[in-house]
Amino acid sequence: MNEEPLPSRVHLLPVAVALAVLVVWAGLSALGLFPRTVFPSPRAVAWGFVEELRDGRLFNDVVASLFRVATGFALAVVLGCPLGLWIGHHARAKIALLPAVNFFRNLSPLAWIPFAVLWFGIGDPPAIFLIFMASFFPIVLATSAAVANIPSVYFRVAQDYGFRGVEMLTRVTLPAVMPQIITALRVTAGLAWVVVVAAEMLAGRDGLGFAVWDARNGLRTDLLVVEMIVIGSIGVAIDRLLVALMRVRSVRWGYER
Amino acid sequence: MSDNVVRVEGLTRSFGALLVLDDISLEIGRGEFVAVVGPSGCGKTTFLNLVSGFDRPTSGQVTRAGVVRMVYQQDGLFPWLTVAENIALGLRDMRDEREAERQLAEMFVLIGLEEFANHYPHQLSGGMRQRVELARALAAPSDILLLDEPFSSLDYLTRLRMRDELARLLTERPRTVVLVTHDIEEAAQLADRIVVLTERPARISRELRLDVPRPRELTHPEVVAAVHGILMDLGIERDAERSAVPGP
Repeated sequence: MNEEPLPSRVHLLPVAVALAVLVVWAGLSALGLFPRTVFPSPRAVAWGFVEELRDGRLFNDVVASLFRVATGFALAVVLGCPLGLWIGHHARAKIALLPAVNFFRNLSPLAWIPFAVLWFGIGDPPAIFLIFMASFFPIVLATSAAVANIPSVYFRVAQDYGFRGVEMLTRVTLPAVMPQIITALRVTAGLAWVVVVAAEMLAGRDGLGFAVWDARNGLRTDLLVVEMIVIGSIGVAIDRLLVALMRVRSVRWGYER
Repeated sequence: MSDNVVRVEGLTRSFGALLVLDDISLEIGRGEFVAVVGPSGCGKTTFLNLVSGFDRPTSGQVTRAGVVRMVYQQDGLFPWLTVAENIALGLRDMRDEREAERQLAEMFVLIGLEEFANHYPHQLSGGMRQRVELARALAAPSDILLLDEPFSSLDYLTRLRMRDELARLLTERPRTVVLVTHDIEEAAQLADRIVVLTERPARISRELRLDVPRPRELTHPEVVAAVHGILMDLGIERDAERSAVPGP
Protein backbone atom coordinates (compact mmCIF):
# COMPACT_ATOMS: atom_id res chain seq x y z
CA MET A 1 0.00 0.00 0.00
CA ASN A 2 2.83 2.37 0.79
CA GLU A 3 3.60 3.77 -2.62
CA GLU A 4 6.67 5.85 -2.97
CA PRO A 5 5.88 9.53 -3.38
CA LEU A 6 6.11 10.57 -7.03
CA PRO A 7 8.83 13.06 -7.89
CA SER A 8 7.57 16.58 -8.52
CA ARG A 9 8.70 16.22 -12.14
CA VAL A 10 5.52 14.24 -12.87
CA HIS A 11 3.67 17.53 -13.08
CA LEU A 12 5.50 18.13 -16.36
CA LEU A 13 3.86 15.05 -17.89
CA PRO A 14 0.64 16.81 -18.97
CA VAL A 15 2.75 19.52 -20.59
CA ALA A 16 4.63 16.82 -22.48
CA VAL A 17 1.32 15.32 -23.66
CA ALA A 18 0.14 18.74 -24.88
CA LEU A 19 3.42 19.20 -26.75
CA ALA A 20 3.09 15.74 -28.29
CA VAL A 21 -0.43 16.54 -29.52
CA LEU A 22 0.88 19.78 -30.99
CA VAL A 23 3.72 17.96 -32.78
CA VAL A 24 1.38 15.33 -34.24
CA TRP A 25 -1.02 18.07 -35.33
CA ALA A 26 1.76 20.10 -36.96
CA GLY A 27 3.11 16.95 -38.62
CA LEU A 28 -0.29 16.00 -40.04
CA SER A 29 -0.92 19.47 -41.39
CA ALA A 30 2.63 19.60 -42.89
CA LEU A 31 1.95 16.34 -44.75
CA GLY A 32 -0.93 18.13 -46.47
CA LEU A 33 -3.29 15.14 -46.35
CA PHE A 34 -6.25 17.47 -46.07
CA PRO A 35 -6.81 20.88 -47.67
CA ARG A 36 -5.68 23.77 -45.48
CA THR A 37 -9.23 25.09 -45.29
CA VAL A 38 -10.53 22.00 -43.49
CA PHE A 39 -7.38 21.17 -41.48
CA PRO A 40 -5.77 24.37 -40.17
CA SER A 41 -2.11 24.32 -39.09
CA PRO A 42 -1.07 25.27 -35.53
CA ARG A 43 0.53 28.36 -37.01
CA ALA A 44 -2.70 29.51 -38.68
CA VAL A 45 -4.56 28.94 -35.43
CA ALA A 46 -1.98 30.97 -33.51
CA TRP A 47 -2.45 33.86 -35.93
CA GLY A 48 -6.21 33.48 -35.70
CA PHE A 49 -5.87 33.75 -31.92
CA VAL A 50 -3.91 37.00 -32.24
CA GLU A 51 -6.51 38.34 -34.69
CA GLU A 52 -9.40 37.49 -32.33
CA LEU A 53 -7.61 39.10 -29.40
CA ARG A 54 -6.74 42.27 -31.35
CA ASP A 55 -10.22 43.18 -32.48
CA GLY A 56 -11.57 42.34 -28.99
CA ARG A 57 -14.15 39.88 -30.25
CA LEU A 58 -12.83 36.95 -28.27
CA PHE A 59 -13.02 38.92 -25.03
CA ASN A 60 -16.59 40.00 -25.76
CA ASP A 61 -17.64 36.45 -26.57
CA VAL A 62 -16.08 35.08 -23.40
CA VAL A 63 -17.80 37.70 -21.27
CA ALA A 64 -21.15 37.11 -22.99
CA SER A 65 -20.99 33.34 -22.49
CA LEU A 66 -19.78 33.55 -18.90
CA PHE A 67 -22.52 36.03 -18.05
CA ARG A 68 -25.21 33.69 -19.39
CA VAL A 69 -23.84 30.64 -17.62
CA ALA A 70 -23.38 32.51 -14.34
CA THR A 71 -26.93 33.92 -14.44
CA GLY A 72 -28.69 30.71 -15.48
CA PHE A 73 -26.63 28.61 -13.09
CA ALA A 74 -27.12 30.99 -10.15
CA LEU A 75 -30.89 30.98 -10.74
CA ALA A 76 -30.88 27.19 -10.82
CA VAL A 77 -28.91 26.98 -7.55
CA VAL A 78 -30.99 29.62 -5.74
CA LEU A 79 -34.27 27.94 -6.70
CA GLY A 80 -33.12 24.32 -6.97
CA CYS A 81 -31.41 23.88 -3.60
CA PRO A 82 -34.36 25.05 -1.47
CA LEU A 83 -36.76 22.97 -3.56
CA GLY A 84 -34.47 19.95 -3.19
CA LEU A 85 -34.28 20.47 0.59
CA TRP A 86 -38.05 20.70 0.79
CA ILE A 87 -38.65 17.61 -1.35
CA GLY A 88 -36.07 15.69 0.65
CA HIS A 89 -37.86 16.45 3.90
CA HIS A 90 -41.43 15.75 2.76
CA ALA A 91 -42.43 12.28 1.67
CA ARG A 92 -45.58 13.48 -0.12
CA ALA A 93 -43.77 16.20 -2.03
CA LYS A 94 -41.19 13.61 -3.01
CA ILE A 95 -43.77 11.16 -4.31
CA ALA A 96 -45.59 13.95 -6.15
CA LEU A 97 -42.66 15.80 -7.70
CA LEU A 98 -39.75 13.43 -8.15
CA PRO A 99 -41.10 11.71 -11.29
CA ALA A 100 -41.53 15.10 -13.00
CA VAL A 101 -38.09 16.25 -11.90
CA ASN A 102 -36.62 13.00 -13.18
CA PHE A 103 -38.41 13.42 -16.50
CA PHE A 104 -36.99 16.89 -17.10
CA ARG A 105 -33.61 15.79 -15.81
CA ASN A 106 -33.47 13.15 -18.53
CA LEU A 107 -34.83 15.41 -21.26
CA SER A 108 -31.96 16.99 -23.15
CA PRO A 109 -32.02 20.73 -22.48
CA LEU A 110 -31.20 21.22 -26.16
CA ALA A 111 -34.70 20.01 -27.03
CA TRP A 112 -35.90 23.28 -25.53
CA ILE A 113 -33.98 25.40 -28.06
CA PRO A 114 -36.93 25.97 -30.45
CA PHE A 115 -39.19 27.06 -27.59
CA ALA A 116 -36.42 29.14 -26.07
CA VAL A 117 -36.18 31.13 -29.32
CA LEU A 118 -39.93 31.34 -29.81
CA TRP A 119 -40.51 32.57 -26.26
CA PHE A 120 -37.42 34.66 -25.61
CA GLY A 121 -36.09 35.63 -29.03
CA ILE A 122 -32.37 35.99 -29.55
CA GLY A 123 -29.62 37.00 -27.11
CA ASP A 124 -29.22 36.55 -23.37
CA PRO A 125 -32.72 35.39 -22.28
CA PRO A 126 -33.01 32.18 -24.36
CA ALA A 127 -29.47 31.11 -23.40
CA ILE A 128 -30.10 31.80 -19.71
CA PHE A 129 -33.36 29.87 -19.94
CA LEU A 130 -31.62 26.86 -21.50
CA ILE A 131 -28.83 26.88 -18.92
CA PHE A 132 -31.42 27.07 -16.19
CA MET A 133 -33.28 24.09 -17.66
CA ALA A 134 -30.03 22.15 -17.85
CA SER A 135 -28.94 22.87 -14.26
CA PHE A 136 -32.13 23.17 -12.23
CA PHE A 137 -33.33 19.57 -12.32
CA PRO A 138 -30.03 17.84 -11.55
CA ILE A 139 -29.54 20.20 -8.60
CA VAL A 140 -33.04 19.49 -7.23
CA LEU A 141 -32.49 15.77 -7.64
CA ALA A 142 -29.06 15.71 -6.01
CA THR A 143 -30.14 17.91 -3.10
CA SER A 144 -33.29 15.92 -2.33
CA ALA A 145 -31.42 12.61 -2.54
CA ALA A 146 -28.73 13.96 -0.21
CA VAL A 147 -31.34 15.11 2.33
CA ALA A 148 -33.03 11.71 2.27
CA ASN A 149 -29.68 10.09 3.09
CA ILE A 150 -28.85 12.17 6.16
CA PRO A 151 -28.46 9.72 9.07
CA SER A 152 -31.46 10.23 11.35
CA VAL A 153 -29.16 10.27 14.39
CA TYR A 154 -28.08 13.81 13.40
CA PHE A 155 -31.64 15.06 13.79
CA ARG A 156 -32.01 13.23 17.10
CA VAL A 157 -28.81 14.82 18.41
CA ALA A 158 -29.85 18.23 17.07
CA GLN A 159 -33.19 17.93 18.82
CA ASP A 160 -31.50 16.87 22.06
CA TYR A 161 -29.37 20.01 21.96
CA GLY A 162 -32.24 22.34 21.21
CA PHE A 163 -32.10 22.96 17.46
CA ARG A 164 -35.48 23.94 16.07
CA GLY A 165 -37.01 25.09 12.80
CA VAL A 166 -34.82 27.32 10.66
CA GLU A 167 -31.77 26.62 12.81
CA MET A 168 -32.24 22.88 12.18
CA LEU A 169 -32.26 23.60 8.45
CA THR A 170 -29.28 25.94 8.30
CA ARG A 171 -27.09 24.31 10.93
CA VAL A 172 -27.89 20.62 10.47
CA THR A 173 -29.57 19.77 7.17
CA LEU A 174 -27.58 22.15 4.99
CA PRO A 175 -24.09 21.32 6.31
CA ALA A 176 -25.01 17.62 6.22
CA VAL A 177 -25.74 17.75 2.48
CA MET A 178 -23.11 20.32 1.52
CA PRO A 179 -20.54 17.82 0.20
CA GLN A 180 -23.07 16.22 -2.13
CA ILE A 181 -24.37 19.63 -3.24
CA ILE A 182 -20.85 20.70 -4.17
CA THR A 183 -20.36 17.51 -6.18
CA ALA A 184 -23.67 18.18 -7.94
CA LEU A 185 -22.64 21.78 -8.66
CA ARG A 186 -19.45 20.52 -10.30
CA VAL A 187 -21.30 18.15 -12.58
CA THR A 188 -24.02 20.68 -13.36
CA ALA A 189 -21.65 23.56 -14.07
CA GLY A 190 -19.92 21.35 -16.64
CA LEU A 191 -23.29 20.63 -18.20
CA ALA A 192 -24.22 24.32 -18.23
CA TRP A 193 -20.98 25.20 -20.00
CA VAL A 194 -21.71 22.58 -22.68
CA VAL A 195 -25.24 23.89 -23.11
CA VAL A 196 -24.29 27.56 -23.49
CA VAL A 197 -22.25 26.79 -26.60
CA ALA A 198 -25.15 24.96 -28.21
CA ALA A 199 -27.63 27.65 -27.15
CA GLU A 200 -25.57 30.46 -28.62
CA MET A 201 -25.12 28.63 -31.91
CA LEU A 202 -28.85 28.81 -32.55
CA ALA A 203 -30.09 31.66 -30.39
CA GLY A 204 -27.17 34.07 -30.18
CA ARG A 205 -25.58 37.02 -31.87
CA ASP A 206 -22.47 36.79 -29.75
CA GLY A 207 -20.81 34.41 -27.28
CA LEU A 208 -18.39 31.56 -27.84
CA GLY A 209 -21.08 29.29 -29.30
CA PHE A 210 -22.03 31.93 -31.83
CA ALA A 211 -18.34 32.46 -32.63
CA VAL A 212 -18.03 28.76 -33.45
CA TRP A 213 -21.06 28.97 -35.71
CA ASP A 214 -19.80 32.15 -37.31
CA ALA A 215 -16.37 30.65 -37.97
CA ARG A 216 -17.99 27.63 -39.57
CA ASN A 217 -20.17 29.82 -41.81
CA GLY A 218 -17.13 31.83 -42.88
CA LEU A 219 -15.13 28.62 -43.40
CA ARG A 220 -12.57 30.00 -40.92
CA THR A 221 -11.49 26.66 -39.48
CA ASP A 222 -8.49 28.36 -37.87
CA LEU A 223 -10.86 30.51 -35.77
CA LEU A 224 -12.99 27.43 -35.12
CA VAL A 225 -10.00 25.80 -33.41
CA VAL A 226 -9.29 29.00 -31.47
CA GLU A 227 -12.85 28.95 -30.08
CA MET A 228 -12.60 25.25 -29.28
CA ILE A 229 -9.41 25.76 -27.29
CA VAL A 230 -10.91 28.70 -25.38
CA ILE A 231 -14.17 26.84 -24.63
CA GLY A 232 -12.31 23.78 -23.34
CA SER A 233 -9.92 25.84 -21.21
CA ILE A 234 -12.68 27.87 -19.58
CA GLY A 235 -14.62 24.68 -18.87
CA VAL A 236 -11.59 23.28 -17.06
CA ALA A 237 -11.12 26.58 -15.17
CA ILE A 238 -14.75 26.54 -13.95
CA ASP A 239 -14.31 22.99 -12.71
CA ARG A 240 -11.07 23.90 -10.90
CA LEU A 241 -12.90 26.76 -9.22
CA LEU A 242 -15.61 24.42 -7.92
CA VAL A 243 -13.04 21.83 -6.86
CA ALA A 244 -11.60 24.53 -4.63
CA LEU A 245 -14.93 24.49 -2.73
CA MET A 246 -14.26 20.86 -1.82
CA ARG A 247 -11.22 21.96 0.14
CA VAL A 248 -13.26 24.00 2.62
CA ARG A 249 -12.53 22.35 5.98
CA SER A 250 -16.12 21.86 7.03
CA VAL A 251 -16.97 19.75 3.95
CA ARG A 252 -13.83 17.61 3.74
CA TRP A 253 -15.50 14.83 5.74
CA GLY A 254 -17.79 14.17 2.78
CA TYR A 255 -14.88 13.21 0.54
CA GLU A 256 -12.44 11.61 2.96
CA ARG A 257 -14.36 8.76 4.52
CA MET B 1 -40.52 8.14 46.18
CA SER B 2 -38.81 11.43 45.50
CA ASP B 3 -35.32 10.00 45.34
CA ASN B 4 -36.12 8.02 42.22
CA VAL B 5 -34.85 9.94 39.22
CA VAL B 6 -36.40 7.57 36.71
CA ARG B 7 -39.59 5.68 37.36
CA VAL B 8 -40.99 3.21 34.86
CA GLU B 9 -44.39 1.68 35.58
CA GLY B 10 -46.04 -1.09 33.61
CA LEU B 11 -44.30 0.06 30.46
CA THR B 12 -45.67 -1.62 27.35
CA ARG B 13 -44.91 -0.77 23.76
CA SER B 14 -46.16 -2.47 20.65
CA PHE B 15 -45.72 -1.57 17.01
CA GLY B 16 -48.92 -2.67 15.30
CA ALA B 17 -49.46 -6.29 16.26
CA LEU B 18 -45.85 -6.70 17.37
CA LEU B 19 -45.50 -6.53 21.14
CA VAL B 20 -41.97 -5.36 21.92
CA LEU B 21 -41.99 -4.41 25.60
CA ASP B 22 -44.35 -6.14 27.96
CA ASP B 23 -45.16 -4.59 31.32
CA ILE B 24 -41.77 -3.40 32.51
CA SER B 25 -41.46 -1.65 35.85
CA LEU B 26 -38.26 -0.18 37.18
CA GLU B 27 -37.17 2.48 39.62
CA ILE B 28 -33.78 4.10 39.36
CA GLY B 29 -32.34 6.11 42.25
CA ARG B 30 -30.23 9.24 42.02
CA GLY B 31 -26.66 8.48 41.02
CA GLU B 32 -27.43 4.85 40.29
CA PHE B 33 -25.89 3.12 37.27
CA VAL B 34 -28.33 0.67 35.73
CA ALA B 35 -27.44 -1.56 32.81
CA VAL B 36 -30.15 -3.15 30.70
CA VAL B 37 -28.97 -6.27 28.89
CA GLY B 38 -30.74 -8.73 26.69
CA PRO B 39 -30.57 -10.58 23.40
CA SER B 40 -30.21 -8.35 20.34
CA GLY B 41 -33.50 -7.22 18.88
CA CYS B 42 -35.32 -7.66 22.18
CA GLY B 43 -36.31 -4.00 22.41
CA LYS B 44 -33.49 -2.43 24.43
CA THR B 45 -33.27 0.64 22.21
CA THR B 46 -37.06 0.95 22.24
CA PHE B 47 -36.86 0.93 26.03
CA LEU B 48 -34.28 3.71 26.02
CA ASN B 49 -36.30 5.78 23.54
CA LEU B 50 -39.23 5.56 25.93
CA VAL B 51 -37.10 6.53 28.91
CA SER B 52 -35.70 9.54 27.02
CA GLY B 53 -39.19 10.65 26.03
CA PHE B 54 -38.48 10.38 22.30
CA ASP B 55 -41.08 7.63 21.97
CA ARG B 56 -44.46 7.21 23.70
CA PRO B 57 -45.52 4.03 25.47
CA THR B 58 -48.58 2.08 24.32
CA SER B 59 -49.49 1.78 27.97
CA GLY B 60 -47.82 2.42 31.29
CA GLN B 61 -45.76 5.47 32.05
CA VAL B 62 -42.33 6.89 32.47
CA THR B 63 -41.44 9.77 34.77
CA ARG B 64 -38.01 11.31 34.83
CA ALA B 65 -36.72 14.10 37.03
CA GLY B 66 -34.22 16.41 35.43
CA VAL B 67 -32.30 16.99 32.24
CA VAL B 68 -31.61 13.97 30.04
CA ARG B 69 -28.60 13.53 27.76
CA MET B 70 -28.19 10.63 25.40
CA VAL B 71 -25.28 9.00 23.59
CA TYR B 72 -26.31 7.02 20.54
CA GLN B 73 -25.16 3.76 19.07
CA GLN B 74 -24.43 5.33 15.68
CA ASP B 75 -21.84 8.00 15.20
CA GLY B 76 -23.69 11.03 16.53
CA LEU B 77 -20.99 13.67 16.18
CA PHE B 78 -21.64 16.27 13.49
CA PRO B 79 -18.91 15.66 10.90
CA TRP B 80 -19.02 19.28 9.69
CA LEU B 81 -18.07 20.63 13.12
CA THR B 82 -14.69 20.40 14.82
CA VAL B 83 -14.26 18.41 18.01
CA ALA B 84 -14.44 21.63 20.05
CA GLU B 85 -17.58 22.80 18.24
CA ASN B 86 -19.21 19.42 18.78
CA ILE B 87 -18.55 19.45 22.52
CA ALA B 88 -19.72 23.07 22.65
CA LEU B 89 -23.15 21.89 21.42
CA GLY B 90 -23.55 20.41 24.88
CA LEU B 91 -23.03 23.88 26.34
CA ARG B 92 -25.51 25.72 24.11
CA ASP B 93 -27.91 26.36 26.97
CA MET B 94 -25.25 27.99 29.07
CA ARG B 95 -25.91 31.73 29.22
CA ASP B 96 -22.59 32.78 30.67
CA GLU B 97 -20.14 32.60 27.78
CA ARG B 98 -17.05 32.67 29.92
CA GLU B 99 -18.39 29.86 32.05
CA ALA B 100 -19.13 27.84 28.88
CA GLU B 101 -15.56 28.36 27.68
CA ARG B 102 -14.22 27.27 31.04
CA GLN B 103 -16.38 24.14 30.94
CA LEU B 104 -15.23 23.37 27.43
CA ALA B 105 -11.57 23.63 28.43
CA GLU B 106 -12.22 21.44 31.47
CA MET B 107 -13.95 18.81 29.35
CA PHE B 108 -10.93 18.67 27.03
CA VAL B 109 -8.62 18.10 29.96
CA LEU B 110 -10.95 15.40 31.27
CA ILE B 111 -10.92 13.41 28.03
CA GLY B 112 -7.30 14.25 27.26
CA LEU B 113 -7.87 15.36 23.68
CA GLU B 114 -6.68 18.98 23.96
CA GLU B 115 -4.50 18.78 20.87
CA PHE B 116 -7.45 17.53 18.78
CA ALA B 117 -9.78 20.45 19.53
CA ASN B 118 -9.61 21.76 15.96
CA HIS B 119 -9.70 18.37 14.28
CA TYR B 120 -12.82 17.03 12.62
CA PRO B 121 -14.45 13.78 13.81
CA HIS B 122 -13.43 11.81 10.72
CA GLN B 123 -9.79 12.49 11.55
CA LEU B 124 -10.17 10.73 14.93
CA SER B 125 -10.16 7.03 15.83
CA GLY B 126 -13.39 5.35 16.89
CA GLY B 127 -12.39 5.40 20.56
CA MET B 128 -11.52 9.10 20.45
CA ARG B 129 -14.84 9.90 18.80
CA GLN B 130 -16.68 8.05 21.54
CA ARG B 131 -14.78 10.04 24.16
CA VAL B 132 -15.88 13.23 22.42
CA GLU B 133 -19.49 12.00 22.44
CA LEU B 134 -19.29 11.36 26.17
CA ALA B 135 -17.72 14.79 26.67
CA ARG B 136 -20.53 16.45 24.73
CA ALA B 137 -23.17 14.67 26.79
CA LEU B 138 -21.44 15.44 30.09
CA ALA B 139 -20.29 19.00 29.34
CA ALA B 140 -23.27 20.81 30.83
CA PRO B 141 -25.06 20.02 34.07
CA SER B 142 -27.64 17.27 33.57
CA ASP B 143 -29.19 14.56 35.68
CA ILE B 144 -29.66 11.49 33.57
CA LEU B 145 -27.27 10.00 31.06
CA LEU B 146 -28.70 7.46 28.63
CA LEU B 147 -26.23 5.30 26.75
CA ASP B 148 -27.41 3.22 23.80
CA GLU B 149 -24.69 0.63 23.14
CA PRO B 150 -22.14 3.43 23.06
CA PHE B 151 -19.10 1.19 22.57
CA SER B 152 -20.53 -1.52 20.34
CA SER B 153 -18.72 -0.34 17.21
CA LEU B 154 -15.29 -0.31 18.87
CA ASP B 155 -12.72 -3.09 18.87
CA TYR B 156 -12.40 -5.21 22.01
CA LEU B 157 -9.40 -3.50 23.61
CA THR B 158 -10.71 -0.02 22.91
CA ARG B 159 -14.00 -1.07 24.44
CA LEU B 160 -12.19 -2.18 27.61
CA ARG B 161 -10.40 1.18 27.81
CA MET B 162 -13.63 3.11 27.21
CA ARG B 163 -15.24 1.35 30.19
CA ASP B 164 -12.47 2.71 32.42
CA GLU B 165 -12.83 6.11 30.79
CA LEU B 166 -16.58 6.18 31.42
CA ALA B 167 -16.13 5.09 35.06
CA ARG B 168 -13.56 7.84 35.53
CA LEU B 169 -15.70 10.53 33.86
CA LEU B 170 -18.61 9.57 36.08
CA THR B 171 -16.58 10.04 39.24
CA GLU B 172 -15.79 13.58 38.00
CA ARG B 173 -19.32 14.27 36.78
CA PRO B 174 -21.77 12.00 38.58
CA ARG B 175 -24.99 11.19 36.76
CA THR B 176 -27.81 8.71 36.97
CA VAL B 177 -26.99 6.33 34.14
CA VAL B 178 -29.04 3.92 32.09
CA LEU B 179 -26.81 1.85 29.84
CA VAL B 180 -28.36 -0.38 27.24
CA THR B 181 -26.00 -3.03 25.92
CA HIS B 182 -25.75 -6.56 24.60
CA ASP B 183 -22.25 -6.73 26.10
CA ILE B 184 -22.75 -8.56 29.39
CA GLU B 185 -19.18 -7.97 30.52
CA GLU B 186 -19.63 -4.27 29.98
CA ALA B 187 -22.75 -4.30 32.13
CA ALA B 188 -21.04 -6.32 34.87
CA GLN B 189 -17.98 -4.11 34.89
CA LEU B 190 -19.88 -0.83 35.07
CA ALA B 191 -23.34 -1.13 36.57
CA ASP B 192 -24.62 -1.02 40.15
CA ARG B 193 -27.62 -2.96 38.98
CA ILE B 194 -28.14 -5.14 35.94
CA VAL B 195 -31.59 -5.70 34.48
CA VAL B 196 -31.79 -8.72 32.21
CA LEU B 197 -34.53 -8.71 29.58
CA THR B 198 -36.04 -11.77 27.93
CA GLU B 199 -36.44 -12.34 24.20
CA ARG B 200 -39.17 -10.28 22.55
CA PRO B 201 -41.65 -9.42 23.93
CA ALA B 202 -39.18 -8.21 26.54
CA ARG B 203 -39.92 -8.66 30.20
CA ILE B 204 -37.54 -8.33 33.10
CA SER B 205 -36.25 -11.83 33.70
CA ARG B 206 -33.82 -10.99 36.46
CA GLU B 207 -32.17 -8.15 38.33
CA LEU B 208 -28.82 -8.34 40.03
CA ARG B 209 -26.79 -5.93 42.12
CA LEU B 210 -23.06 -5.41 42.31
CA ASP B 211 -21.58 -3.57 45.25
CA VAL B 212 -17.98 -3.42 44.07
CA PRO B 213 -16.78 0.18 43.60
CA ARG B 214 -15.83 1.36 40.09
CA PRO B 215 -13.50 1.07 38.24
CA ARG B 216 -13.72 -2.70 38.47
CA GLU B 217 -11.42 -5.15 36.85
CA LEU B 218 -12.91 -7.43 34.28
CA THR B 219 -11.58 -10.44 36.18
CA HIS B 220 -12.88 -9.35 39.59
CA PRO B 221 -14.69 -12.39 41.10
CA GLU B 222 -17.99 -10.51 41.46
CA VAL B 223 -17.85 -9.34 37.85
CA VAL B 224 -17.13 -12.88 36.70
CA ALA B 225 -19.93 -14.23 38.88
CA ALA B 226 -22.37 -11.66 37.49
CA VAL B 227 -21.44 -12.53 33.90
CA HIS B 228 -21.89 -16.21 34.67
CA GLY B 229 -25.25 -15.57 36.31
CA ILE B 230 -26.56 -13.63 33.32
CA LEU B 231 -25.27 -16.17 30.82
CA MET B 232 -27.04 -18.89 32.78
CA ASP B 233 -30.17 -16.82 32.71
CA LEU B 234 -29.93 -16.50 28.94
CA GLY B 235 -29.42 -20.27 28.67
CA ILE B 236 -25.88 -19.98 27.32
CA GLU B 237 -23.92 -21.31 30.30
CA ARG B 238 -25.03 -23.95 32.73
CA ASP B 239 -24.42 -24.15 36.43
CA ALA B 240 -20.73 -25.05 36.71
CA GLU B 241 -21.10 -27.36 39.71
CA ARG B 242 -24.01 -29.23 38.35
CA SER B 243 -22.48 -29.73 34.91
CA ALA B 244 -19.12 -30.73 36.45
CA VAL B 245 -20.71 -33.56 38.39
CA PRO B 246 -22.67 -35.71 35.99
CA GLY B 247 -25.93 -36.94 37.42
CA PRO B 248 -26.83 -40.61 37.72
